[in-house]
Amino acid sequence: MWFNHGKLERHSLLLLIGIILVISIGGLVEIAPLFFIENTIEKVEGMRPYTPLELEGRDIYIREGCYLCHSQMIRPLKDEVERYGHYSLAAESMYDHPFQWGSKRLGPDLARVGGKYSDSWHRDHLINPRSVVPESIMPPYAFFANRPLDYHNVADKLKALRTAGVPYTDAMITNAKTDLEAQADPFSSDGPKFKKRYGDKVLQRDFDGNPDKITEMDALIAYLQMLGTLVDFSKYHPESGENNR
Amino acid sequence: MSTNVQKTSDTPADVVAVIAFSAVGLIWALFASAFADDAPFRVHAYIFLGAFALAIAGLVMGLANGKFRNRQDRYADDVVKAGVYASLFWGVVGMLVGVVIACQLAWPSLFYFPQAGWLNFGRLRPVHTSGVVFAFGGNVLLMTSFYVVQRTCRARLWGGIASWFVFWGYNLFIVIAASGYVMGITQGREYAEPEWYTDLWLTIVWVTYLLVFLGTIWKRKEPHIYVANWFYLAFIVTIAVLHITNNLAIPVGPFSSKSYSLFSGVQDALTQWWYGHNAVGFFLTAAFLAIMYYFVPKRVNRPIFSYRLSIVHFWALIFIYIWAGPHHLHYTALPQWAQTLGMTFSIMLWMPSWGGMINGLMTLSGAWDKLRTDPVVRMLVASLAFYGMATFEGPVMSIREVNALSHYTDWTIGHVHSGALGWVGFISFGAIYCLVPWLWKKKEMYSNTLIEWHFWVATTGILLYITSMWVSGIGEGLMWRAYTPQGFLAHTFVESVAAKHVEYVVRMLGGLMYLSGVLIMIYNVWRTIRGDVPAETKVTALSYPANATVADATAAE
Repeated sequence: MWFNHGKLERHSLLLLIGIILVISIGGLVEIAPLFFIENTIEKVEGMRPYTPLELEGRDIYIREGCYLCHSQMIRPLKDEVERYGHYSLAAESMYDHPFQWGSKRLGPDLARVGGKYSDSWHRDHLINPRSVVPESIMPPYAFFANRPLDYHNVADKLKALRTAGVPYTDAMITNAKTDLEAQADPFSSDGPKFKKRYGDKVLQRDFDGNPDKITEMDALIAYLQMLGTLVDFSKYHPESGENNR
Repeated sequence: MSTNVQKTSDTPADVVAVIAFSAVGLIWALFASAFADDAPFRVHAYIFLGAFALAIAGLVMGLANGKFRNRQDRYADDVVKAGVYASLFWGVVGMLVGVVIACQLAWPSLFYFPQAGWLNFGRLRPVHTSGVVFAFGGNVLLMTSFYVVQRTCRARLWGGIASWFVFWGYNLFIVIAASGYVMGITQGREYAEPEWYTDLWLTIVWVTYLLVFLGTIWKRKEPHIYVANWFYLAFIVTIAVLHITNNLAIPVGPFSSKSYSLFSGVQDALTQWWYGHNAVGFFLTAAFLAIMYYFVPKRVNRPIFSYRLSIVHFWALIFIYIWAGPHHLHYTALPQWAQTLGMTFSIMLWMPSWGGMINGLMTLSGAWDKLRTDPVVRMLVASLAFYGMATFEGPVMSIREVNALSHYTDWTIGHVHSGALGWVGFISFGAIYCLVPWLWKKKEMYSNTLIEWHFWVATTGILLYITSMWVSGIGEGLMWRAYTPQGFLAHTFVESVAAKHVEYVVRMLGGLMYLSGVLIMIYNVWRTIRGDVPAETKVTALSYPANATVADATAAE
């Protein structure tokens, strides 16, 4: 043979080094360039970090394993674009730690579910999915409605995300709690400052229809209602050279 | 002076090291339980606390009673026996949860409880996947690797009780991970759900595992490292690399159960599926091929078909597998060049995969009659057949145009289960049926008839499972893309859900049959260990099984 394999079979360290070399190549060639090639993520307008309430909602989404049945990745196929909306861009998940593209649709894609249904539809659907969609096989999440949202460490969460690269400002971190409370209360006096930090398009209302307390339902619906609504597609040109990947 | 020296050399350094490590762990767990930022983290701190306290108590008592003598003239087989029990236990747990969540999808009104969030599909599904892959499969791999590396190196396991630390540490990892899932502690990354502190714990255990394995190889009395050990080594090293890279995360606090992944979006997606696909490639393929390379030749008493093929397919397999991850991300926002690379290598992967299958199957040359006479051989061969089928189906599904139909559907679930139930499950059962009589020094398993029953019940179950998933997966994929003659989408999404009900019932039945097969095996194993078969007369455990089973099976006819 052109190569004496016996050497590798007699020296475990050589075998070990050989294995490490051989398994490193594929990952390096495929993953590393994604951090350096500039057009990996499209240039779009409208992307912003999640508000504290949306972030708490997203954490509940992850906690309950929603990603196991719902994708957040619309493929550029005719039927998907007609069913769910514009295909998903890499830019739309640039602040997603972790990504939630999913791998299985036991339920429909949620990448652009924001604004499709009313808050009260979501509330009824989460409490008992079969009350609004009789054929649904989704689990019921009635406990969201009466469980108060635990947001004692929301500022720490923003801080951790900033370490990972999300552009949260100092003001966003110090005001995380008041921002969270402001978003769930349409009459909050902190509302204008909150909107100044996260933009005018941000939704500010009592998502679960229960003004007495901020529940997990508030957070999850706030998250669902903003999904896929950030990017301004009137200013996005898929055919332009910089977006050609 | 001389008695002093005698005494220090009598106190096993390995035990002292583990006690010291557990003491450090105990102190950490105390702090963690006191300063825990959230309730689940506190629960986990208590579990760690209890585990470390038990470890210290057990080890100190063992020391006092003069246990832990490191008999270099014997193989360390007790830890392998413990692995048999753990595999069977976790196998039942993981598969039972699988049947439960299959019931939930078939009859959502009956199997969901609105106020019990911890019983919902989203929390139990990781318990099922981790339960069968990492708990059942992982324990099978630990115990078989400990058994095989000793025999093929003719050396006792390195590191004294380090192998026990690996066994208990790994099973503690599983308890922490699974209890975390039901409490809602997850990173939200498929097959890498455990949170940052659980990941750190597994890293410690895994590095120890690598040291035990390498240390045993360094002690070997055989000049060559046997092919099964190449596969085990590639599995241990690569899983370490994958685990550490994919779990890079920023914890919210030192005593918080929550963390955020270091990478985001498209980079995070490819890192995760580079990990996810190679968990399949190295955990569920390379490592179980190692089992094949020891147990198939041993059971049929024939040498491996081709030495050259094993070299070529080993290096080709581990080189090509690493590239295949992007086929999980076809048509997504991952750049097209990466998708194309992933697809190309996935198709190339067909060849080294079949290289392993051919090498295993052809090892039976001259011993094909055992397929009739020895149900364990039949199980091993069926597992190779399922391996061949799944590794053909996989490359087909990785083609972009096929993937457009199959992605997001039940077809993927069926594909995974033909690999997991057929290949991983059957090769594991075959290895357990070989190991139990060898380890407990029995002539053979208690009942060959029960092995036959296990084989046929499980095989029927697999066929029901994968055919129902083909029908429902391809069916829903076609429904999603169907148009009316007027050019409108023909179906709402929920129509495709409703259309799958019968298939989901059939799938549940298939899973239930597979679980029943495992229960039959457990009964068989229990009767064997209890001693309802004649004790083995000769000590040469390694040379007997092939001849003995053939003779017995012929006699039985």
